[in-house]
Amino acid sequence: MSDLPNREAFFSNIDHSIPTAKDWMDTLPVDIRKGIACYAGNPKSLEYVGLPNPRTWSCFDEDWQLPENWQQILHEGFKERLEKFRSFKVFMDICVRCGACADKCHFFIGTGDPKNMPVLRAELLRSVYRNDFTRVGKLLGKIGGARPMSLEVLREWWYYLFQCTECRRCSVFCPYGIDTAEITIMGRELLNLIGLNIDWIATPVANCYRTGNHLGIQPHAFKDMLEFFVEDIEDITGVNCMPQFQKKGADILFITPSGDVFADPGTYTCMGYLMLFQFLKEKYGLDITWSTYASEGGNFGFFTSHEMMKRLNAKMYAEAKRLGVKWILGGECGHMWRVINQYMDTMNGPADFLEVPVNPITGTRFENARSTKMVHITEFTADLIQHNKLDLDPSRNDHLKVTFHDSCNPSRGMGLFEEPRYVIRNVCNHFYDMPRNTIRESTFCCGSGAGLNAGEDMELRMAGGLPRANAVKTVHEQHGVNTLACICAIDRAALPPLMEYWVPGVEVTGVHEMVANALNLPGQNERETDLRGEELPQLEE
Amino acid sequence: MNNKYMISFIAVFVLFFLAYLGTEALGLDVLFGVLIPYAALAVFIVGFVYKVMGWARSAVPFRIPTTCGQQENQLGFRQNTLDCPSTAGAVVLRMFLEIVTFRSLFRNTRMNFREGHKVSYNLEIFLWLFALIFHYAFLTVIVRHLRFFLEPVPKALQLLETVDSFMQIGLPVLYLSGAALLVAAVFLLLRRIFIGNVRYISLASDFFPLFLIGGIAFTGILMRYVTKVDIVSIKQLTMGLVTLHPTVPEGIGGLFYGHLFFVSILLAYFPFSKLMHLGGIFLSPTRNLPTDTRATRHVNPWNYPVETHTYEEYEDEFREKMVEAGLPVEIMPEEQPAEEAEADSPSEEKE
Repeated sequence: MSDLPNREAFFSNIDHSIPTAKDWMDTLPVDIRKGIACYAGNPKSLEYVGLPNPRTWSCFDEDWQLPENWQQILHEGFKERLEKFRSFKVFMDICVRCGACADKCHFFIGTGDPKNMPVLRAELLRSVYRNDFTRVGKLLGKIGGARPMSLEVLREWWYYLFQCTECRRCSVFCPYGIDTAEITIMGRELLNLIGLNIDWIATPVANCYRTGNHLGIQPHAFKDMLEFFVEDIEDITGVNCMPQFQKKGADILFITPSGDVFADPGTYTCMGYLMLFQFLKEKYGLDITWSTYASEGGNFGFFTSHEMMKRLNAKMYAEAKRLGVKWILGGECGHMWRVINQYMDTMNGPADFLEVPVNPITGTRFENARSTKMVHITEFTADLIQHNKLDLDPSRNDHLKVTFHDSCNPSRGMGLFEEPRYVIRNVCNHFYDMPRNTIRESTFCCGSGAGLNAGEDMELRMAGGLPRANAVKTVHEQHGVNTLACICAIDRAALPPLMEYWVPGVEVTGVHEMVANALNLPGQNERETDLRGEELPQLEE
Repeated sequence: MNNKYMISFIAVFVLFFLAYLGTEALGLDVLFGVLIPYAALAVFIVGFVYKVMGWARSAVPFRIPTTCGQQENQLGFRQNTLDCPSTAGAVVLRMFLEIVTFRSLFRNTRMNFREGHKVSYNLEIFLWLFALIFHYAFLTVIVRHLRFFLEPVPKALQLLETVDSFMQIGLPVLYLSGAALLVAAVFLLLRRIFIGNVRYISLASDFFPLFLIGGIAFTGILMRYVTKVDIVSIKQLTMGLVTLHPTVPEGIGGLFYGHLFFVSILLAYFPFSKLMHLGGIFLSPTRNLPTDTRATRHVNPWNYPVETHTYEEYEDEFREKMVEAGLPVEIMPEEQPAEEAEADSPSEEKE
């Protein structure tokens, strides 16, 4: 952060004027800048999961130590994916370059770099596609928008494919639904074939494969960490919320991103889950288990390749089957829910060993999840609140003026809009939505999704998060909003530095942290502090 | 200097003179009036079908609709069935409105940096509006031209012509669709030339069809209102084409052949260009799939087994630690030979 200019200077320096001197194809070689680019994948991590070409390299090097036949590998990989994914093939062919997507991308808004216009990001691949796979492109060459693959083009691919968070905002506005996330997913998959990855993705992937979670937390340590939260909760509420682990025959398996076990403020959300489950166990006998093996909701394999996504995701159903639970409950996480909602059942299903999810407390049958058999925690909690099954005192959140950040993936890959808002409105008294063009299906990314939440690309993250921060600033100034709620573990890691930089005075919270602060646990002491140990506002007597 | 539109403009100009001079000076009426149109139509049909079949041959491994509204739920929140359609019927409606009204484009906003470091997003309706005018005007023009291929001219067509010329401007009366097509093409063209980021992303293949369609509209308007070509002869030619008894009447003139050559080029060019968005929109997986992925399993035709890290492997590696921490295990350590093989592991507890 210390390398960054102050926010006024940062903002004033963003320049959206488009270069007139040169055609975009003539701007190579690309200047790979520190502060924007991420470090290369650790060879040990690549080796552990069998990813190609493990070696120590850096994107700032001249020589990227590519396999000799890298062009052939890319060409054949491209061809294979055109056949395997209609999305890819159609999106290569039908863009008319109308420009509707251009200023919809948070990275273009925040950097002003024209190659961050989604259309141009896609053209980086399309230009090679035209050269390699269309006769007209081959014939006309550059005037037909085609160019052959080269080292310079490859560097450009790498640079800009890791400046996209696969948020799908452009896809909402595209008249053909062209989804840059698809383009980036394929592009990164191709880059992975020749060993071009970033460490912030590769090492969590390897960790997750081995220990069950991105952070590499081993089973005993995972249990320790939750027990540490249990102690904290007991200090605050006087109630022991000890969870169960790997319990065979439990009703429900709970899976959440490991980020919430590891770092503030996600930890408070995690404490929120523990308290909610304790309440439900005590009151209604809910039998829920955690697993140290399936201890990751997120899936950085999704940012690597479809195959890696499937390999990491397999643990969820495998563990549910081994434990013999009825269905799976999923915690607050963004891309985790895109994977669960749109990929999991197809990849690793059918989950015919599970039952259609029924909330045992309310009897609600989650028909919308009847095949995948996994329910989002805000669906679950909203259902409990609707049936008046929770004992809530929202006034304990009265010091919070809350706005809600729709995470990209639950928004544009699921349609989860009302559930979290309903929960928030029931656990706190002051809620204000951000301007309409910045929320729901038009929501802006935190700027750090899809594996870009590293430390070395802080300038990129602050740029990408600018539109989100700017919308928060609006409600911060209008309504005194001081709390940014979200349902994503990456958000909880990414938004605090973003707020600190752009909108100081706004804290970040998970929805279930607020739920827990409002929740009256049976047998609790008079609550004096919230989960963060901060004194509650004194009730006016 | 942006030479992309100059190249396209010159190309269209050259094409016109090829046909004009070819017929006026060299008398190649049969070539431009019969052979090329037939060939172009054949290329169009075969190329179009081939392209669409090519897309259709590619698999749809995952159900990845872009959800733009509230999902289906059992909690009483109103589902946005149009933007998050979970049934086939709703998907058809979503697609229909997308294709007929360009709904996604209607969402378009324009981002601005305002004073006080505020970013604003305002409705930007003109791209949508002119795109809509462009496409509907083009459609009307095409339908109106059916009168050259049908004898007798159906009542419905005559009605369309009446509506299209309701403003009763000039003689012969001005068809709004022709004028609108030209105006919209010019708008879309100027947009590409004068809006910085649109110019930056534009290829020659974005300018060429605009000049070509503009050229078609322009030559059409010239023939109708200025040079007053011999309609009877032209209809003789077009009827000949459509009944597969081609005849080439005298005295049709180079302007018409230029017009017809433009249309032929457009047809032949179509399958190899971005104009295929006409077919592609129907196959776009982010729009044409239902959002019922958790309710109905989507099958991936090429789903293949992958290597995973099984629970057994996991427990084998961490068994001692798990037992020590009081976590349940499948196999107690005594039951197996002590083996402390620490696998080669990635760096731990990375922040």
